[in-house]
Amino acid sequence: MDEIRKLERKSRIRNTLWKTVIFALLIAWAIIVLFPFYWMLLTSVKSYSSYNAEYIPKFFTLSPTIANYIQAFTAVPLAKYFANTLIFTLITTGLMLIIIVLSAFAFSRLEFKGKNLVFTLFLSLMMIPNELVIITNFVTITNAGLRNSFLGLILPSITSIFYIYLLKENFEQIPDELYKAAKVDGTSDFKYLWKVMIPICKPTIITVVILKVIECWNSYVWPRLITDDENYFLVSNGIQTIRESGFGRENIPAMMAAVVVISVPLILLFLFFHKKIMEGVSRGGTKG
Amino acid sequence: MNNKNNLKGWLYLLPAMVFVGVFMVYPLLDVLVYSFEESYNFASQTYNGIGLYNYSYVLHDPYFLQAIKNTFILVIITVPLSTGFALLISLALNSLTKLKDLFQTVFFLPYVTNTLAVGLVFMILFKKTAYSEGLINLLLNSFGLSSVDFIEGPYWAKMFVLCFYTIWVVLPFKILILTSALASVNKDYYNVARIDGTSKLRIFTKITLPMISPSLFYLIITGFIGAFKAYSDVVALFGTDLNAAGMNTIVGYVYDMLYGNSGGYPSFASAAALILFAIVLTITVINLLVSKENVHYQ
Amino acid sequence: MKIILENLTKKFISRDHKNSVVIAVNDFNIEIPDGKLVGLLGPSGCGKSTTLNLICGLEEPTEGKIYFGDIDVTNLPPENRGVGMVFQNYALYPHLTVRQNIVFPLENLKGPDKMSKEAMEEKAMEVARLVQIETLMDRKPSEMSGGQQQRVAIARALVKTPGVLLLDEPLSNLDARLRLQTREQIRRIQKETGITTIFVTHDQEEAMSISDLIIVMKDGIIQQVGKPQEVYNAPVNLFVARFLGTPAINVFKGQIKDHKVYIGEDAIMDTKASDQEVYVGIRPEGFVPSEKGVFTCRFDRIETTGRDTSVVCHNENCISDEDIRAIVDDDLYTHKDKVIRFNLKVHKTYVFSMDEKVIDE
Repeated sequence: MDEIRKLERKSRIRNTLWKTVIFALLIAWAIIVLFPFYWMLLTSVKSYSSYNAEYIPKFFTLSPTIANYIQAFTAVPLAKYFANTLIFTLITTGLMLIIIVLSAFAFSRLEFKGKNLVFTLFLSLMMIPNELVIITNFVTITNAGLRNSFLGLILPSITSIFYIYLLKENFEQIPDELYKAAKVDGTSDFKYLWKVMIPICKPTIITVVILKVIECWNSYVWPRLITDDENYFLVSNGIQTIRESGFGRENIPAMMAAVVVISVPLILLFLFFHKKIMEGVSRGGTKG
Repeated sequence: MNNKNNLKGWLYLLPAMVFVGVFMVYPLLDVLVYSFEESYNFASQTYNGIGLYNYSYVLHDPYFLQAIKNTFILVIITVPLSTGFALLISLALNSLTKLKDLFQTVFFLPYVTNTLAVGLVFMILFKKTAYSEGLINLLLNSFGLSSVDFIEGPYWAKMFVLCFYTIWVVLPFKILILTSALASVNKDYYNVARIDGTSKLRIFTKITLPMISPSLFYLIITGFIGAFKAYSDVVALFGTDLNAAGMNTIVGYVYDMLYGNSGGYPSFASAAALILFAIVLTITVINLLVSKENVHYQ
Repeated sequence: MKIILENLTKKFISRDHKNSVVIAVNDFNIEIPDGKLVGLLGPSGCGKSTTLNLICGLEEPTEGKIYFGDIDVTNLPPENRGVGMVFQNYALYPHLTVRQNIVFPLENLKGPDKMSKEAMEEKAMEVARLVQIETLMDRKPSEMSGGQQQRVAIARALVKTPGVLLLDEPLSNLDARLRLQTREQIRRIQKETGITTIFVTHDQEEAMSISDLIIVMKDGIIQQVGKPQEVYNAPVNLFVARFLGTPAINVFKGQIKDHKVYIGEDAIMDTKASDQEVYVGIRPEGFVPSEKGVFTCRFDRIETTGRDTSVVCHNENCISDEDIRAIVDDDLYTHKDKVIRFNLKVHKTYVFSMDEKVIDE
């Protein structure tokens, strides 16, 4: 009997111990994840003088100010970067969507000579890293005189073989009978695509859009290569410029205000769509 | 009818074909050509001959060797650490019932943030300036350690920040993939194991690990590839002049050769990019060979 | 080993409805005798699997006690209870061979119980022979049929010679023919080992055919416990009567007037009970066609399904199904009239009060 009680107690102690360790680990990592966000928010509302006066930084502030935000928008063309990024993101995502829907439709629904060959070619191109092709693209765009233009920014990033593949797989899950029924009713291919396939595959399309928007918003390498005119900077380049030439002096609170402004759109997007985004990323995202 | 169908199919494909052709297929061939054209001049678009000089130049360039060294150190440290740590966190997450969603959402946050922007915050946290030690240094001081300038100081301090930030950036994706892999393991396996009195360690090594091995392996492969291509997080921490900071990576070297302070040499850039590609390919093949032995696909 | 459940209760907070409490197992009191094969029977969602999980320790009861023999195991973790369990989907480790799967529990043993490799191997072969899979030891689960996987799962559950063997819906993933074979196997294995075995099923035929004892559950409450035939012949309430037997029992609305049971105008039998509205249940085999029968129905057709010949007819008081099925002995039975009359076998006819409890004669 005593034996039994001992076993019971042992298992209870072990369980509590495990739970504690697990929670400690998770909370510790949550702090590490959240702290930079808290810090940038905090710093962005500290005034320049009070920030520089704190030898030991305070973990809170009693006199928040929006002066830094005003400065971030006036001293550097933050609004311009913002608008550029918005335009870049919207146009790139929109054009890409048209292209991938058309090709996914061709691959999944139409029968024509050479289809499988092209698809195989596309698949093999998926393995090619961006770093290899970016060199020539840089030369191509430069020679075409498209540096410092939206066209130059947008053109190389409006095809994604991976998203074509993702969407094609999804289109293929739509039963053939639907297509046959539509054909019997005299529906044209294009109308079928628009009225049947796209609505059915809306979840995948939304996933693709979200992933592409995140990618565009954070893109840095290509814009950096192709633009040196501030009028065409995206937020990532803007941030880098702010970091390097800044506000004339090292104005960290203003920098942080800019960082907050740049981060907020995606964080909002994430808060509203976190289920969708996480689902989408685990289905088709890659990073790291 | 047949011809009409053929035409229609190609018409739908046309936009994608054009863009893939111009921005992927052609560049791929072109990069090979560039890499063998010696003394290519960007302005006049002429070259002197064909040969391996570009490769030899790059391989003898101390900046490139430094970049290779940095990249390899970064890969060797961050890939195992981030994968292992992601696994640890995912296991912990998976054992929760109540707060799992909340934690998962918080942990995913870095994925959607701008690498450059948050990198700036990390820089400020680690930086030591004339009038402030920086928060991390104050933390070190409180443990009785002396301050280090992590951003412009000694090599290993910089490498430490870089690895730390890289792990911070890549972890969300890994946690996400591993938690969904863990969640898809049938609970009955664990129940059976519990009834049989299997220890937690044995459950982990004999059941969990084999069951999630495909996902884990996927993460290791993509992790290697991603880490070899590290660039923007390095820029975020150390600025665009990475050679001066001694923290350049292979990709950074490629871009610097192409454009930037020492720019204008697409041939050298191409050679460096192809060397990177060869390295990544070799590592991936090795990974695939190793996985054949150890990964269990259902 | 004898198992006693005492006031066993398990409550859940429901996730779909706003914090409503679901009582999966409600105040169980039962003693399961040593060495028997017991069928835990009920419709899906009635709490049978929860009961099984409570017994093996995967879930903790909200109230009540569980005894194995004289030992209170209520708060004991599963690994210390000495139970073996077979899951509905078998839960065989897909990456291990049959041999590795069966040996797995033995490898967990520590300290003085630790076994040598040879001893484990021998023990594994012993149970493999018992369930007749000794020739399949080096296969992976994916290379085996459902029935074979089932037997591997049983072997793995038995290898530590547990005091209690628990089976969760052991036959539900098998096709009809295999189900018959496998249930005989389970019966045989249980008899050979003499281990107290509890299995959960929603299939009454399965439970009736091999159990020594069946426990009928509904909504977390035990309805009736007994030998299968006893429960079938003497259901305590309308639920049990309807749940057991195929074709299902025919249920009618009726009344008791002046110590006679009426269905419509027909007085079908005598009773001692007082006047009231009642339900009358008549088993399909309780009908005997007779020119002067007491119960009148409208004749529809005769159906022959190989073994049984049944008369399908209608009666407006029938509430179980539109068709009344009466199984007749004579497989060449014919009938031409529009009306058919039956005499009723008394022990196949049950009268239930309006609260669905049986009215004893």
